[in-house]
Amino acid sequence: MNASGVVAALIPGSSHRWAHVVARNYASTRSAWFATVTGAFEPFLFLASIGIGVSVLVGDVDVDGRTYDYTTFVAPAMLASAAMNGAITEASFNTFGKLRWHRIYHSMTATPLTPTDIAVGEIVYAQLRGTLYSTIFLLAMVVLGLVESWWAVLALPAAVLIGVAFSAAGLAVVTVLRTWQDIDLIVFGQMLLFLFSATFYPLSVYPEPIQMVAQLSPLFHGANLCRDLVLGTVGWYNLINVAVLLGMTVVCSRLAARRFTSLLYK
Amino acid sequence: MDDAGLSVPVAARGLTKTFGSFRAVDDVDFQVQPGEAFGFLGPNGAGKSSTMRMIGCVSPRTAGDLTVFGLDPTRDGSTIRARLGVVPQEDALDVELNVRENLYVYGRFFDLKRSEIRRRTEELLEFTQLTERADDRVEPLSGGMKRRLTIARALINQPDLVLLDEPTTGLDPQARHLVWDRLYRLKQQGATLILTTHYMDEAEQLCDRLVVMDNGRIVDDGSPRALIDRHCTKEVVELRLAATTDLERSAGHLRRDGLEVEVLPDRILIYADDGEAALSFADGVGLRPESALIRRSTLEDVFLALTGRTLVEAG
Repeated sequence: MNASGVVAALIPGSSHRWAHVVARNYASTRSAWFATVTGAFEPFLFLASIGIGVSVLVGDVDVDGRTYDYTTFVAPAMLASAAMNGAITEASFNTFGKLRWHRIYHSMTATPLTPTDIAVGEIVYAQLRGTLYSTIFLLAMVVLGLVESWWAVLALPAAVLIGVAFSAAGLAVVTVLRTWQDIDLIVFGQMLLFLFSATFYPLSVYPEPIQMVAQLSPLFHGANLCRDLVLGTVGWYNLINVAVLLGMTVVCSRLAARRFTSLLYK
Repeated sequence: MDDAGLSVPVAARGLTKTFGSFRAVDDVDFQVQPGEAFGFLGPNGAGKSSTMRMIGCVSPRTAGDLTVFGLDPTRDGSTIRARLGVVPQEDALDVELNVRENLYVYGRFFDLKRSEIRRRTEELLEFTQLTERADDRVEPLSGGMKRRLTIARALINQPDLVLLDEPTTGLDPQARHLVWDRLYRLKQQGATLILTTHYMDEAEQLCDRLVVMDNGRIVDDGSPRALIDRHCTKEVVELRLAATTDLERSAGHLRRDGLEVEVLPDRILIYADDGEAALSFADGVGLRPESALIRRSTLEDVFLALTGRTLVEAG
């Protein structure tokens, strides 16, 4: 089954034409290569800051009887967070402007493209860029000796899945926002997830009830998945991580497609 | 032979669109024939654009029947739109792309082959006189050029039906005439055109047949000439009187003698088949206008006769 087939199975009413939206976005950002390249440097800055500074102060971390150097422990969660941040930024900021001010979507709906095709195209495009960054991030981790297992190869598709899930969520949320001030709500939510999804420390530091709450965070599942793959501590629980992210992708992309339809077909 | 291509491009019966309690389009019937230029004439808010959006399959109808090429816009939207060319009221060009890329990317939305788009792009740039600006960004183009590019873009899929929503609104006279000229050529090549306008001269220049809309309803339909003949006299005399004149009283004098008179805020109109005779008659009853103009009746007069308002007032 090709990419369109998979998408059509997940999101009813989508056609192969979402690929034209991806191509349009690519054509429009070719001139903005500088911004694209600087985005790729971000992971190095992250890792350098933690490796040089924070890790020295914190020392080692014990998880399930194993001991890791702090940078090794945090890096996979940074990979997951970077995938989330990139996806949300691309899906929310860019799409918001197009939805509210540019009439680009209106001219797309004058062609055989449907609002669902447009939504799918935006999600896929947001994720293509995210995949590029995740690849660079993962390679940086290999070079810096932060990868403990061959399972880490699967951390790339895991990062892509995180990106798709959050692109879809970002796109669904953006359809209900009215002003740029509302975008701050997204940034706030992003920060909340980033800080409290057991990214900087193991889940076990929380008391039992809080652990339950933290597990509601999709980023927790993403970070947990990436960490287990990179550290080679894979288990059955990781299937739950994948299921949560897949479920989020399907639900949010269908929601985004429906919202696009009601906004563009008035 | 493409059978659907021969069927009625657009047929509407009892077509209605409501937004909450507002009836934007209220129970309208019309049919557009292949190869004709069909117009919706009316002030802003008359329901023209809402009707166009329903034909363009981007606005679900509230009630009534609508077919485009014999198909149902709700069910077959993508199939119908593949055969439409849409020129929206706002140009909605892709400002992040240059002129040529705008046509290329848009052509891809129709699944056209790359080589085919390239070939048509050169032709369309030529047709809309934009060849020299092909590699420029869109933003700095003049209003007339942007509109021509929007028209070129709408033609990339060689549509069987072109929808033009206020095609020359906001353009200066020279730019308008250039757009009219291109649309006229398109019509001569056999394209079916549907356009909305609140410009009488535009409707008269381009439309074979039109419907006059007001408050969501169709108040009359016919060719521009037939509408004028039905609702107006051959000529109209426009009298501008001194600001201190009581226009209603002056009109009363004229009406008493059997003339058809309309009072506007700044002038009096006399409808007559012989303008000269009417003017000398007005002179006879003692009216001393500051200026007098005898002109041919236009669709503006039709609209006034049908609704009691000028298009400017109504808008």
